[in-house]
Amino acid sequence: MDYASQKLAEEKVFKDPVHRYIHVRDQVIWDLVSTREFQRLRRIKQLGTSYLVFHGAEHSRFSHSLGVYEIVRRISDDIFHGRPEWDENERLVVLCAALLHDLGHGPFSHSFEKVFQVDHEEFTREILLGDTEVNRVLTKVGADFPAKVAEVIAKTYGNKQVVSLISSQIDADRMDYLQRDAYYTGVSYGHFDMERILRVMRPVDDQVVIKSSGMHAIEDYIMSRYQMYWQVYFHPVARSAEVILRKILQRAKELSEGGYKFAQPPTHFLSFFDRTFTLKDYLALDEGVLMTYFQLWMTERDPILADLSDRFVNRRLFQYIDFDPGKDYRKLGELAQLFRKAGIDPDYYLIDDSTSDLPYDFYRPGEEEERLPIQLLMPSGEIKELSRLSQIVDAISGKRRTDYKLYFPAELLIDGKKKAVKQQILEMLREGGI
Amino acid sequence: MLQEHAKIVDFIAAAEGITGRKKMQKMIYILKKMGVPFQEKYEFHIYGPYSEELTARVEELCDMGFLSEEMEDKGSYVQYKYSVTKEGGDFRSTLKESVLEDPAYAEKLNEKSARFLELTATLLYFDQLERSEQIEKLHVVKGKLNFTEEEIEEAFAFIEELSALKKLP
Repeated sequence: MDYASQKLAEEKVFKDPVHRYIHVRDQVIWDLVSTREFQRLRRIKQLGTSYLVFHGAEHSRFSHSLGVYEIVRRISDDIFHGRPEWDENERLVVLCAALLHDLGHGPFSHSFEKVFQVDHEEFTREILLGDTEVNRVLTKVGADFPAKVAEVIAKTYGNKQVVSLISSQIDADRMDYLQRDAYYTGVSYGHFDMERILRVMRPVDDQVVIKSSGMHAIEDYIMSRYQMYWQVYFHPVARSAEVILRKILQRAKELSEGGYKFAQPPTHFLSFFDRTFTLKDYLALDEGVLMTYFQLWMTERDPILADLSDRFVNRRLFQYIDFDPGKDYRKLGELAQLFRKAGIDPDYYLIDDSTSDLPYDFYRPGEEEERLPIQLLMPSGEIKELSRLSQIVDAISGKRRTDYKLYFPAELLIDGKKKAVKQQILEMLREGGI
Repeated sequence: MLQEHAKIVDFIAAAEGITGRKKMQKMIYILKKMGVPFQEKYEFHIYGPYSEELTARVEELCDMGFLSEEMEDKGSYVQYKYSVTKEGGDFRSTLKESVLEDPAYAEKLNEKSARFLELTATLLYFDQLERSEQIEKLHVVKGKLNFTEEEIEEAFAFIEELSALKKLP
């Protein structure tokens, strides 16, 4: 029997709080889970800094990846199996892509990518195609198999049904993370009837559509997503921790470039500072490594690096206020000047941050939208875009909500030093001057 | 602060306005690939490389009043035209240095059609591949657009011409 169709002697299961069990029968999947690159995902949290707000949110990208695999396995083996419009030959590639879609994520991905100008998707590709254990497993299936998996994840694969199971406005990735993140954060949002959604998914032409009888389950899913973004993912306190994290990495980089002698040399980061990193350097990083550096840097001579590290480790986060950048950007400049006068470096202690989300969008023929809409399959066989039928979805379609915050260390402004200028700063912050 | 927003305003000002969301997406992607320090993250979407972050940033700039967005009805379709407002011009001046050293490159890109820029951006998206593989991949993901050999040749020549940009800041 060839490796691609080789099955385990007995089915293996992973106990999972979201899907109850994750079922593995394919030798390929079992071997991929055991690779060092996949095991590394155990050491990277799915929600980054959110655990500082929702203490339960310590779950990893490992469990999310298994969850996405399980959803796609059920679609492929139970829902689409035997349907003429689904190509059974795509089963293994879509399962592998589901399992490996987040493989390139690094520690605290969002901040790390911003500071070091790297892209986790590029790393996913490199892990799949480079000299790795994952690549060796995939290559046993076929010489071109690693590239096929990479193409599905990069959304450039020829079969769009396969791509949309992993990446679309209703895909296995979102269905898993909404439920998983809701479970671990303990919030009551994020729950929807996934069983119902899976049962009404159908492969049609080059897309995956939803039988119109499942429209209300989809509405619930979209509202769950909307709530989770604003209640969990964009939580202003978690964003405060993200801001500090970004600034620690930025400070370490700046110090290193300026020739500063670290008491604890940032060995793991050096190749990222000068952009000579290799895949091996990237894979050597995880959140344990970063947290160790932050702990050690708490006693560095540089007061900014030491303070920021201490803030992150001991959760002494920045305060925040809302601000309107269109109206207040000049005042932000004035405020930065006042921070300098007060002896507080605004590059590290006065940070603007914006975040926004579009809950659902649809493609209008002739317009230049980039999102594939959710399509409903009517009993007549006709296909209709979701928001044309759902008033609830129509009400939030295409409406972006943006939130701007200004972060600063409140306690440094009331420490009794340089009172006059700090008073001026506080007045600007308190009186809505900014 | 807000420097990434200011870079977008600066670029649109240098291009003297841009008509078409797709066109703007591809122009910035192409320049990013040429080493211009735009920070927006791109993924592959319906029309090739696309940045959700850029879409969000442009919408934010419109809300802030630094960009104006006009919808042009072209009969069978609509297009969005972006230009920098007076306030946007003031905001632009907060940028320490212009994102493009030579604004002629913005004009050079702006002269091209959205279709041509989509082709160029898609080829650049696959620039880690051999040329023949790049073309093969283009036909897989853009089969419906039927790009001709001449168009593809022209796009490769354009990429070469723009590569001079890499010598800029």
